[in-house]
Amino acid sequence: MSKTNPKANKASGLPRKRFYRARAHSNPLSDSHFPVPISPSHVDYSLHFPHYFPSVKNDDKNNAKVFFPKASSKKIQFADIGCGFGGLLVDLSTLFPETLMIGMEIRDKVTEYVKERVLALREGNPGQYQNISVVRTNSMKYIPNYFEKGQLSKMFFLFPDPHFKEKNHRRRVISPQLLDEYAYTLEVGGIIYTITDVEELGEWMKNCLEGHPLFEAIGEEELNADPVVKLLSSATEEGKKVARNEGQTFLAVARRIASSVETEFGK
Amino acid sequence: MEEISIEEVENNDRELLEVAPALISVHPFEKSVVVAIGPELRVFDLEETDPMNIVEAYSNVLTVLCLFLCFCLDRGSRQISIVDDSGDPLHSHSIRAICFGANGSLFASAGDDKLVKIWSADSWKCIRTVLSEKRVSAVAISHDGLFVSFADKFGVVWVVGFGGDNEKNKAAPIFAHYCSIITSLLFSPDGRFIVSADRDFKIRATVFPRKPLNGAHEIQSFCLGHTEYISCLVFICTLEYPKGFLLSGSGDSTVRLWDFTSGSLLSTCEVGVQAGLVESNGKDEVLCPAVTDICASPDGSVVAVAIQRQIVTMGDIFSPTSLDMGSFGMHIWLVTGASNLPSFDSASLACVKVVSGFQKDSPHFTEHGPVMLENNDIPGGDKLLETMQGSISIENERKALGTAIEAVKKAMHNLLIKRQYSDEKREFRKRGRNDRKLKQ
Ligand SMILES: C[S@@+](CC[C@H](N)C(=O)[O-])C[C@H]1O[C@@H](n2cnc3c(N)ncnc32)[C@H](O)[C@@H]1O
Repeated sequence: MSKTNPKANKASGLPRKRFYRARAHSNPLSDSHFPVPISPSHVDYSLHFPHYFPSVKNDDKNNAKVFFPKASSKKIQFADIGCGFGGLLVDLSTLFPETLMIGMEIRDKVTEYVKERVLALREGNPGQYQNISVVRTNSMKYIPNYFEKGQLSKMFFLFPDPHFKEKNHRRRVISPQLLDEYAYTLEVGGIIYTITDVEELGEWMKNCLEGHPLFEAIGEEELNADPVVKLLSSATEEGKKVARNEGQTFLAVARRIASSVETEFGK
Repeated sequence: MEEISIEEVENNDRELLEVAPALISVHPFEKSVVVAIGPELRVFDLEETDPMNIVEAYSNVLTVLCLFLCFCLDRGSRQISIVDDSGDPLHSHSIRAICFGANGSLFASAGDDKLVKIWSADSWKCIRTVLSEKRVSAVAISHDGLFVSFADKFGVVWVVGFGGDNEKNKAAPIFAHYCSIITSLLFSPDGRFIVSADRDFKIRATVFPRKPLNGAHEIQSFCLGHTEYISCLVFICTLEYPKGFLLSGSGDSTVRLWDFTSGSLLSTCEVGVQAGLVESNGKDEVLCPAVTDICASPDGSVVAVAIQRQIVTMGDIFSPTSLDMGSFGMHIWLVTGASNLPSFDSASLACVKVVSGFQKDSPHFTEHGPVMLENNDIPGGDKLLETMQGSISIENERKALGTAIEAVKKAMHNLLIKRQYSDEKREFRKRGRNDRKLKQ
């Protein structure tokens, strides 16, 4: 794979971004043309995390099948939505080495880049980076196809496309309606992280989260103690660009809380 | 060459999209039947002039039997002229969704003209007209009759409060399927959940809160397993499981049974295969006829499924566009027909049939199972047919009807099936898009 990748940097083995440049924006409203798993149980973990989910192998000598049972119960717990070139995943990978995480990205070439990047990292650092992967998908449509109810403990939305025009607000990845789906996907206590350098969008995301009955804002103190928060503005390609230009960033982080409706019915 | 043909297909598509299937809905206690065809609502009263207490009849099989005999002997049945003196606009385009409320006092109709009209199912007066921003694709009435919920073509589900202080309130968006067409909307038997199904193979059960106008944010489950658009939903309830089970029909030619509180798929019925309708065209492709509608007796002892092409009974080839069943589970009411055929100027065509004989105590019960009733035996008889179909006999219209049904089939296919374009076609489509042209 990356051994023969002509697009890789000869010295580091890492893929070079310029070969994977793509259109700046994708239209999330258009029909999909990539495979979508029918349900979360159809997601092929052995494809993404072969170290934890080896596909069933045929041992040549005795023709016996070798299983690795320890892996079976592990599930993806972090999702980076619109992960771009994958910088956050790479940093999180070593910070939470036993947590499975996935990036979701709608642009084909960018997704390919992240795939190559992860493979190269795995190769260059044996035993590491086995817990991160990427899928090409439209997160606005297919999150329930990937994750069960309450499966995720963290969701990231870093520097999402701003869609300034009022009539395009429905294309924003944070909206009151989509937060319903994110709340479904996050376990109670799970955390949603958002950051942007566009003030108006930052305001919008903050308002959406504060207005949603299944999320509560996380206080300053707790934010400062959370090691993940520092990565939000420094780990991704977009974050680095903003930092280089000494741009301002706007952060909104919230926790998934239990519903009051649920208790109303005594369930 | 290639490019022209794509353009042509697209234009044809647009015309076909306008063709809407005829719909049928029967009052929960079979007090009346409604057929919607194009912008028209055809209502027929099945009650005697001296209406008996249907609710009482419901709890008593003997009375039900009497009621049934009444249907057959009854000559008092009549066409109802629906009254809309509300001053609000009338339906002007195809009606896409109709339903009765659970207790039978309300009826709702909605469709391409962006109107949601709510009717008294007793007086057949229009009580309320709600303007939607977009075309409406599904509608449901909450069991307490206090809320009407509808879904638009962009996947947004709205609710209007009804009665009391809610009278003046506008429709409020309560949740959304992201940019998908919602095909069906339904309240769970206990009224705690609202279930919505869409073109993207998804069924979503959402907690319907006490104050729904603030939004319905809590998703109970997604029922995932279908491999094509979902066309229809119905609940069945048993004494042991009063919460109910959900049944869904799909373009993938199956009907699936769900525990909707957990989203678990309990069973899959390959209806197309069972009906012997799945064909292979010799190559790799398999043609699976879509399930277009489903209805069930409340206890689930009878479930009827409409498949494109033909209904799986009676040897009689009749391909219903819509079907329904009252809560007695005595008759399946079927309609087939279409609105707005671009090339026809004649009145919209519909054909109504009734299937009966599921219950041992039914006069139509035979050893061979349910039968399709002769026109004379249909509750309401000729008068009903005249009202619903436009004429007592549609024998002479068979061919036209066949064309109409084919058109509906195509239209539904184009509306709901996900198109798979080759990469070249995709590129071409992109280049052809106006917004891109401007930029270049
Ligand atoms: C401005 S970039 C930010 C990327 C990355 N998070 C970072 O901070 O560098 C936004 C990314 O979201 C992706 N995206 C936009 N809409 C999406 C969708 N509906 N599903 C998945 N990814 C999407 C875009 O392709 C783009 O790569």
